[in-house]
Amino acid sequence: MITVYVPGDSAARSVGADTIATHLVAGAAARGHDVRLVRNGSRGMLWLEPFVEVDVNGTRFGYGPVTSDDVDSLLDAGILEGAHHPLAHGTVDQIEWLARQQRVTFARVGVIDPLSVADYEAHGGLAGLRRALTLADEDVVAEVLASGLRGRGGAGFPAGIKWRTVLEAQSDQKYVCCNADEGDSGTFADRMLMEGDPFTLLEGMTIAGLSVGATQGYVYLRSEYPDAITRLNEAITIARTEGWLGNDVLGSGRVFDVEVREGAGSYVCGEETAMLESLEGRRGMVRPKPPVPALQGLFGKPTVINNVLTLASVPMVLADGASAYQSLGTGRSRGTQVFQLAGNIARGGIVETAFGVSLSELVNDFGAGTRSGRPVRAVQVGGPLGAYLRADALDVAMDYEALADAGAMLGHGGIVVFDDTVDMAQQARFAMEFCAVESCGKCTPCRIGSRRGVEVIDRVIAGVDREANLMLLDDLCTLMTDGSLCAMGGLTPLPVRSALRQWPEDFGGNS
Amino acid sequence: MSAFAPWTTERAEAVVTQCASRPGPVLLTLQALQLEFGYVHPDAVPLVARSLNVSRAEVHGVLTYYHDLRTSPAPAHSVRICVAEACQSVGSRDLMHRAESELGVSVGERSSDTIDLEAVYCLGNCALGPAALVDGQLLGRLSPPQMSEVIAALRSETA
Ligand SMILES: Cc1cc2nc3c(=O)[nH]c(=O)nc-3n(C[C@H](O)[C@H](O)[C@H](O)COP(=O)(O)O)c2cc1C
Ligand code: SF4
Ligand code: FES
Repeated sequence: MITVYVPGDSAARSVGADTIATHLVAGAAARGHDVRLVRNGSRGMLWLEPFVEVDVNGTRFGYGPVTSDDVDSLLDAGILEGAHHPLAHGTVDQIEWLARQQRVTFARVGVIDPLSVADYEAHGGLAGLRRALTLADEDVVAEVLASGLRGRGGAGFPAGIKWRTVLEAQSDQKYVCCNADEGDSGTFADRMLMEGDPFTLLEGMTIAGLSVGATQGYVYLRSEYPDAITRLNEAITIARTEGWLGNDVLGSGRVFDVEVREGAGSYVCGEETAMLESLEGRRGMVRPKPPVPALQGLFGKPTVINNVLTLASVPMVLADGASAYQSLGTGRSRGTQVFQLAGNIARGGIVETAFGVSLSELVNDFGAGTRSGRPVRAVQVGGPLGAYLRADALDVAMDYEALADAGAMLGHGGIVVFDDTVDMAQQARFAMEFCAVESCGKCTPCRIGSRRGVEVIDRVIAGVDREANLMLLDDLCTLMTDGSLCAMGGLTPLPVRSALRQWPEDFGGNS
Repeated sequence: MSAFAPWTTERAEAVVTQCASRPGPVLLTLQALQLEFGYVHPDAVPLVARSLNVSRAEVHGVLTYYHDLRTSPAPAHSVRICVAEACQSVGSRDLMHRAESELGVSVGERSSDTIDLEAVYCLGNCALGPAALVDGQLLGRLSPPQMSEVIAALRSETA
């Protein structure tokens, strides 16, 4: 029997993968072939979706982007034997775009059947947890610390330090909360991991839970991701049946379980204390820190809060050892980063590679420039609170410190490309508008300042009292930066000011 | 042809009872009610407050805070277009204009044939934008003509 892979990833499904899967199976049957269909995750070459793979004696051949009109011609050409076709890309592992990457966190995504226990174990799954169970809890935490793994949610805080704080805290109950709110525009890696390799996240959470002494984990997963919610819930059910979760994790006699909690459409609930409020069932308002969640988190108990990618990197750290992970990267940015190429880009998708790759390499080499074919004008890095960079300033190395020096931030690794038709004044206005819509309302500079910001930018664009309004805008930005409790209000000025400074002509000024 | 149950107090009480023992229950109870009925009926506020032993103000506060929760019956169809940056860069503004003119409403409104048009901020499909969620189904690489087709298809279902 021939195995055919058609991604069940929601991005692939959004461009017709379900129909392709049905047509392929029916078309193969009509030609007398019995095929086994696997709905894998996506390889992350999203411009090639729907991307069909055929396994011929252990070698996987890829074809894409496939439309339903192509299915017959693909079958007639003999793709079930790995034959050539205008949509063929040869052996998938050898596609340069993939071969140049270092897939660590995403090693299994797109490769395996996401819910297959056998696939998971055959591809190295559970090795990290098994090793962790042979170590003392402090040693597991020490290993994570030594790996240099930093939080992938945005702030880049060392995961091991957070874990150690929770480990050392005395409490009858502790928690692990996975932040799967992934609200940043231009980011989708959390989603793809949860859809394509959900057991990895559960394994990472279990390692975290057991090592710090927590018995319960929660995944706060945004409601905009219905497929990820379903897939992760299915994975949890399977993991309990297999004894990977529950009252006797892998026969160790130790307890850890995970529950998915669905978000309700609030961006600021991705901020960790707002997430805790929301998990406790209240309005998602940001809490002042201290107390830090590691000491007083969910229901007032010591809580590890980490992003999906942070937790999903942990099994690899434990399986291969801290030094293997630590050996990748540059400076204080260790390991790999899962970059997400998005927006107006010819080859968008997931590029996982060691820290230190340049933004230009990502946008121009991996990304091959814009999808429209027009020149790149601006690139926004790190989500809606991230700065815009000019096309001629993309030489910057992609690590936490180098980006900070360039006045930008890595955030969750999203890279959004714009061509030369973009109006940067509109982008600045949008940043303020987004902040106004999503502000939790706790502090005035954010709640009111952002609304005023929209009005002031509108007046600047209309050419009303330009100089006075530009000064007002600058004051507003300073006020928001200095007077906001969290990064929502505190960083919104970043994209606004970066646009103003670098594209004054879009605001009616002289370039 | 609504998939939702009509609101009754008995049914609502059954839903609330199922949620009551879970930690931090207010938000998830309101979400469960919306899943059952398509919206959260105003009578749910005192009911939830009583059953979960919290104040009405607290329940009301949660209900009004979250974008997802709604207090009037669900529409026949919903079109939610991503208007965040990555989709903007590939034409989400044009897509929204097309949807507005097809439906004869502005974003945030309900058409005369009860199709809701909403803006959302990122659907996690940012490399295949512009993206939209139509009756819960994610769509990518949408062009304005495709948006017209999508809306026509929704209408033929309703008619
Ligand atoms: C407005 C705002 C939104 C945020 N959204 C997210 C998010 O969607 N996902 C995430 O992991 N972290 C988000 N964060 C960062 C979290 O507060 C927190 O730093 C992170 O979850 C910690 O996990 P990490 O150390 O593994 O990165 C957000 C922060 C702010 C201020
Ligand atoms: S900065 Fe904005 S989002 Fe953050 S706490 Fe203040 S009001 Fe809430
Ligand atoms: S920005 Fe539109 S899907 Fe992410």
